Formats: sequence, C-alpha cells, structure tokens
Amino acid sequence: MAVTLIDVEYVAKLARLSFSEDEKEQLTHQLNDILKYMEQLNSLDTTNVEPLAHVIELKNVFREDEVRNGVSQEEALKNAPAASGEFFKVPKVIGPR
Amino acid sequence: MDAQAYEAVIGLEVHAQLLTQSKAFCGCPTTFGNAPNTNVCPVCLGMPGTLPVLNRNLVEFILRMGMATNSTITGSSIFARKNYFYPDLPKGYQISQYEEPMCSNGSIEIEAEDGSRKNIGITRIHMEEDAGKLIHDAGSGTLVDLNRCGVPLIEIVSEPDIRSPREAYLYLWKIRQLVTYLEICDGNMEEGSLRCDANVSVRKKGVSEFGTKTEVKNMNSLRNVERALEFEINRQIALLADGKEVEQETLLWDADANTTHSMRSKEEAHDYRYFPDPDLVPVCVDEGWKNTVRAQLPELPSHRRSRYLESLGLPRYDADVLTAEKEIADYFESATAALSHLNGKQRNENAKVVSNWVMTEVLRVVGEKRISIRNFAIQPSRLAGMISLIQSGMISGTIAKQVFEEMLTDSDEAKAIVGKKGWVQVSDTSAIEQAVVEVLSANQSQVETFLSGNEKVFGWFVGETMKKLRGKGNPKLVNEILREKLNAKHIS
Repeated sequence: MAVTLIDVEYVAKLARLSFSEDEKEQLTHQLNDILKYMEQLNSLDTTNVEPLAHVIELKNVFREDEVRNGVSQEEALKNAPAASGEFFKVPKVIGPR
Repeated sequence: MDAQAYEAVIGLEVHAQLLTQSKAFCGCPTTFGNAPNTNVCPVCLGMPGTLPVLNRNLVEFILRMGMATNSTITGSSIFARKNYFYPDLPKGYQISQYEEPMCSNGSIEIEAEDGSRKNIGITRIHMEEDAGKLIHDAGSGTLVDLNRCGVPLIEIVSEPDIRSPREAYLYLWKIRQLVTYLEICDGNMEEGSLRCDANVSVRKKGVSEFGTKTEVKNMNSLRNVERALEFEINRQIALLADGKEVEQETLLWDADANTTHSMRSKEEAHDYRYFPDPDLVPVCVDEGWKNTVRAQLPELPSHRRSRYLESLGLPRYDADVLTAEKEIADYFESATAALSHLNGKQRNENAKVVSNWVMTEVLRVVGEKRISIRNFAIQPSRLAGMISLIQSGMISGTIAKQVFEEMLTDSDEAKAIVGKKGWVQVSDTSAIEQAVVEVLSANQSQVETFLSGNEKVFGWFVGETMKKLRGKGNPKLVNEILREKLNAKHIS
C-alpha cells in the first residue's frame, strides 16, 4: 500500500496545505516510511487484543451541566483577522441559496 | 410514465438540539437569541491548548432517547473528530461519534391514518456538537456567530425503511413527540431545534438493489419534509422513466418555489477522515446507570395514548390530539383530575367533557396566540371549575363560552366571574314562563305559523325567549316551557 504523489496531493488539499513539487516528493517518501513502520506493527498478532480508544486508562470524565461565564464579545473578536460589528467576518462563503 | 411501477426508499437523519443548560464540552450557555458571539469561551472558539470536557447531561439525554427507542446502549462509547473546513466550525473538525456510537439498533413504530402499524429501524443515535451560524447577506463577506457552536445535538439515523413521504412525516412526527416527552429537545423545527435531512432513491418495485440516492436538506417543517420528498421522488421517477440516470448529489429544498436546487459547493471531497478524539475519554454506561435512567423515564406517548383509549374511554381522535404533546396531555390530565375532585365522579366519566373543551377552545386560543399550553391563561383547575358550573346548572353552555373568554383576561375563578357579571343561569321556572308568555303574545302571527305546522319557528321562539332572559335562560327549561305553552295553544 504505497503512497503516491496523487495521495499526497489529495491529503494536502483536504488539509488546505500547498507544497512545492520538491516537498511533495519528499513527503511521498516520508509517508511511505511511516506506512512501512505500520506494516511492521501489523505483523504482530492482535487477535485477542481489544482496540485501544485512548492511551490513558480513564473513562467517564464529566462536567456537571452548569453555566460558566466565558469571554466577552470584545475578547472573542479580538484575535480574529477580521470582524464586522458583533460578528467574525470571513471571505464570502457560497451558502444555501 | 407509470409512477406506480416504482417505489421510494428513504432514510432520515434527524438532528435534535438538546435542552441542556450549558454546551456539550464547555460551560457556555445554550440560550437562544443572545447577542452574537457572547455565549463563547476559548473551548468553543477552538483556541489552541483548550480541553473539552463532556457535559454529563448530554449522556443522560441520549440514554433516554436510546431507551425510548429500544436501542442497544454501547458499553464503551467514544468520540471522533469529523474533519472539514467551514467557517462555522472554528476548530476545523466537529466532535462527533463514528465508531461505537452511544446507541444502535433501535426502532420507532409509526401508525398510519388507517391504523396500520410499521416499525422503522434506527441504525444509530450518536452525540455531537452543533456548528455556528453563518450570515450570508453581508455584501462583501460572510458573517459568523459562534453562539451555537458546541451546543449539544443527538443525531438519529434511520434505516432505509421508509417507503413514502407520508411515512417520513409520521416517523418524524413520532420523533418530535418522543423528544418532547423525554424533555430533551423542544422539537421546534421552524427554529431549527429539530432538523431533518433525507436520503432518497427510487427503484422498480420488486427490485432489491437500491437506486442511486440523493440527499435532500433544508426542510424545516413536517409539512416541508413531506412536500420535498414528494417532489424529489417524482423527479427521480421521471428521470428513470425517461431512460436517464439519477446523479448522486446534495439538494436544497426551496419551500417557496416548491423545488430543489443542487448544492455544488463543499461537497467535492466527502472525506471527513474520522479518527478517535484524543481529547475525550470513553463513556462507559454500566447497568446501574442504565437502570437509574430507565426508572426516571416519563410515561411514553404510546403508553399514554392506550391508557386514554382503554381506561378513559376516549375516542382515538381525542387520544391522538391530547397525547401529541406532553404539555397538552399534562394539561388535560390535571383538568380531569381537578374536575373529578370537584364533582366526585370518576376520571373516565369526566374525560370526554374535559377533552372537548381542551381540543376546541383551549387549543384554539393556544394556537391563535402561538403560546405553549403551559403559559395558557386558564390553568387546568380553573377550566375544571368552569366545567363544574355547567354541570351543576349554574351556567349554560353558551354562557360558559363567554365565561371562558373572560377568564383569558380575568384571573378569578369561573364562579366569581359569573357572579361579577350576573351570568347565573335563570332556572327559575316562573321567570322563564313569564318571558315565554310575553314572547308568544307579542308575536301572534308567528304563533299561527307554528300552529299551522311550521316547526322551524320553534327555534326562533327559543331565540326570542333567550333574548328576553339576556341569554341566561336554562336552555332545557326554555325549550320545555315553550313546548308546553305552544302545545296548550294547539289544543285550545
């Protein structure tokens, strides 16, 4: 299951990343190395091993359903590249007509 | 084109916004209608380095729904990241569930108008967070309000068991009824608390493979779901009958134009690259927890409905209307209990008269004012008080309607209002006799008409006598005395 240049371009597109041709070439090799390592792990017999959902053995961590104050609108908008009045502003999105 | 040769295959995905106080993974309020971007914190804004912590009530609520639909509750359920880029989702992923959803393999029974029943399978019910709201009509850019971002949802995914728009309507109606009974969602489709997307395909009858499906979105009422599905099924049948193919795509329902539009954006890569969210640990629901939730489940609508039919002896129509919403059923039951307390009769003897008032007058006003019956001005006990006045003969049914109207603005008991207004029914026979005699003697020609065999004039006499008694005459006595006096003239 080797990674090809097309796979790299596809994953990059999904992640909204752009790479030069050289970088793509390099990433293809690196990803293939990672997969090779995974294949090595695949050689282990895991027939009777439950899949691990989490690396720390914790479960049922909850908070009670109580309201806690967050941040003000001013603070919320402060980090945004663009704001308009009370809103974040982003480049025009094609939405439902 | 022979539309009868085809059948539709429909599966619904329903999102219900949960009635928790705070968001799914942070303490921000879920209140609707606050100023934009005020119900936010670093967690739901997707700031780096923040850690989501699950709201316990989200689990409680999904367990209620899972049990009400006879679903299997997963022993160890996990969260996943659903990755996609859209400005309503600041983290770049939605926290959802993929593998090991909280509930699976449930079902909901629907009942058609003709009484036939059918089970619609539920593939899964899972927990997730809502996204923010985009405002598109802003000229150059798009505006984003993140108040809704992180509000808890459950998604209920049906099996492709639905065969007609009507069945889809009934299924969705049933879901709305369940979530409101369970008090986990307000069920308001217009405001988006309950949203529905449909997967639709058609195939020749007798064929077992599925046809190519489309996904229809933006149907924000029960009626719209039915209409949109009718449209889409007919569109697909017409294509197939024409020898063309259905294209797999997402469509937006346009209720005003009664049509669907293809949604081209955002769909090209349907690759969400789900993976377990390392920020959240598994949710393990043991038997003890399940039992606690099960013990606290309210009486479910189907059970309540059969109780109304069987022990209260109500007609099916009444049982359906009254149990449609929990609040209506609660109102009806309080009023019936209060009336039984007042008149000493059994509940089943009082149920029908209370049902008539609730279904006609109460629901009419509630509908006109577009309010919840919980906020209705006439509380169940006051309605019962008024009905008991009719039963004791203090007021007539006609006057009762006036009393009812008055009670909408006057918070006094019916009895006090009747006293204030001087609306006590005249049951004094001598007063009624006097009015009848006056009416008959003032209208000799009508009396002649009646005596010559025109029975219709009788009603007119009743009206005239009532007018004289200013509407307060006991109708039964008025009728009796009129009949008696007119008969006497007949003989003489």
